[in-house]
Amino acid sequence: MTTAAPAAVTAPGPEQPTPPPRRRPRVSRDAVAAWGLLSPNLVVFGVFLFVPLLATVWLSLYSSSGFGPREFVGADNYAELFADSTFWRATLNTGLYALLTVPVSLVLGLGVALAMNRPLRGRGVLRAIYYVPYVISGVVVAVAGRWIFNENVGVVNRLLRSAGLDGVPWQSDAVGAMSSLVLISIWTKVGFCMVVYLAGLQSIPKEYLEAAQTDGAGRWTQLRYIVVPLLKPTTIFLVVLGVIESFQVFDIVYVLTGGGPGNATEMLVTYAYAEGFDARRQGYAATIGVVTYLFIAVLTALWYRRQKAQEADL
Amino acid sequence: MSTSTSTSTKRKPRTPQRAGAGWASWRAVALVVGALVMLFPLYWMVITAFSGQGALTSGPLRFFPADPTLDGFRRAFALLPFSSFFLNSTAIALVAMALSVTLNLLAGYVLAKYRFRGQQVVFVMIVSTLMIPVQVVMVPQFQLVAGLGWINSYWAVIVPRAAEAFGIFLCRQFMLGIPDEVLEAARLDGAGHLRIFWSIVLPMSRPLIAVLVILTFMYRWNEFAWPLIVLNDQQLFTVPIGLAFLQGEYGTDYPALMGMALLSTLPVLVVFAIFQRQFVEGVARSGLR
Repeated sequence: MTTAAPAAVTAPGPEQPTPPPRRRPRVSRDAVAAWGLLSPNLVVFGVFLFVPLLATVWLSLYSSSGFGPREFVGADNYAELFADSTFWRATLNTGLYALLTVPVSLVLGLGVALAMNRPLRGRGVLRAIYYVPYVISGVVVAVAGRWIFNENVGVVNRLLRSAGLDGVPWQSDAVGAMSSLVLISIWTKVGFCMVVYLAGLQSIPKEYLEAAQTDGAGRWTQLRYIVVPLLKPTTIFLVVLGVIESFQVFDIVYVLTGGGPGNATEMLVTYAYAEGFDARRQGYAATIGVVTYLFIAVLTALWYRRQKAQEADL
Repeated sequence: MSTSTSTSTKRKPRTPQRAGAGWASWRAVALVVGALVMLFPLYWMVITAFSGQGALTSGPLRFFPADPTLDGFRRAFALLPFSSFFLNSTAIALVAMALSVTLNLLAGYVLAKYRFRGQQVVFVMIVSTLMIPVQVVMVPQFQLVAGLGWINSYWAVIVPRAAEAFGIFLCRQFMLGIPDEVLEAARLDGAGHLRIFWSIVLPMSRPLIAVLVILTFMYRWNEFAWPLIVLNDQQLFTVPIGLAFLQGEYGTDYPALMGMALLSTLPVLVVFAIFQRQFVEGVARSGLR
């Protein structure tokens, strides 16, 4: 890695590119400096993240309103949770949201990146246009979404009606509400996928494609057998990030639908918020938090194992 | 093209190969159509912001404001103290950004360029925090911040999010690409740890810093869930909270809502425009792909 042309295709992730053999082990003076330089981060992570994470587990065993004494209830919160249909609905919604937004935004992002990966007039402007929705805050996106997807006066339904179609019940219907949420989310995610894929495409050696072309491979063949396989680390990165983000989607849902109609768009995190800060059932909110965290941890572990298995196959 | 003649960085447009021209124009058309779809919601927000109240909700559908007006913006500022919200957001985003970027760079440097026992564990622990949604830990976090007496203060928003895994991860990936020899040479010249960091590592990390500035500013400016929990005093609201509040209270005043939504997006766009060129390079070299 000494001549490191920006290290070829680095699969990002917790798995370590093992450092090259060292000339000599650094002296412990360095260890002291390392911990010293790390300490501000470690203090903040420790105090504001790891301690609260443990406290969440602990609190999930209690019944607490935030005022007055809390009462130890053992596993009661968990028993209640597993019998709670809103919780299961929120779990289903969160999974559905991930399943719908992640693949679509990846495919669209890759498509745009491929089309943009060659000289083109106005490329910078186009790239910026695709990327802008990603930098807009979830609240702004949702406020705009409520207006654009308003069933009665929103522009989408007005366009549909002027084309002689029926308006879609984006707000009063469960499927409609979830659809508007998914469409809006995809709109915000495509640009990010595009930028990351563009960076990935730049790491594919041009010689590969030229060689394939000499052998008479068409565009589709090149894409299928060279580009997509070589972009795999990028794709894995985007899938993992997308799934994690899906489990954390809060702002857009909170402002766009408030989890409704009914609980049609309730997510795990919006449900936890509603229980903890609206209903003031802090123990129960902590329980939802613990289970949400476990879901994410299991998914990550599954992905990590698959990743390991695939590396072993190579 | 068989002999790779000039591998200069500026690549001349490739000679159109078999059926290249037809494909190229098809590709351009698709890109432009896609861009129009992406732009339409923004366009509609702009049109709405400059329209009179009720102008776009009834009558024939039009795609430009009949009589452009700034009344929507005026109403938004009259309904809620948005100028305070902007001040609050600016102060929080700038301080938080400076703090986060500094901490990110320090941690990324240590994790990329030092070898010490426990390094792996620290790195894995930091990356694992990416998986923790705010809402999972928010109840104890809230109690902790309340215990510190920080509720309704900027610190409640800034400090708990100052260390941030994604930035650290980016820094580490980027700094792995800084050759050890350079650092070793400085070390032999007697430069200390902070000095090496300051006068060698930082200047080599410009694209990285651009990425961090964009992402952190954006993330802090747009942040909603946590400030919503710890800021209850309306005078201290940030812009996103104010906007959500405006939506809740005056949900049908679309010109006011869209005007404020657009205004609140401007700072992020400005920061993005300034650093955009270095952004893509920074993303590429952070191994973020």
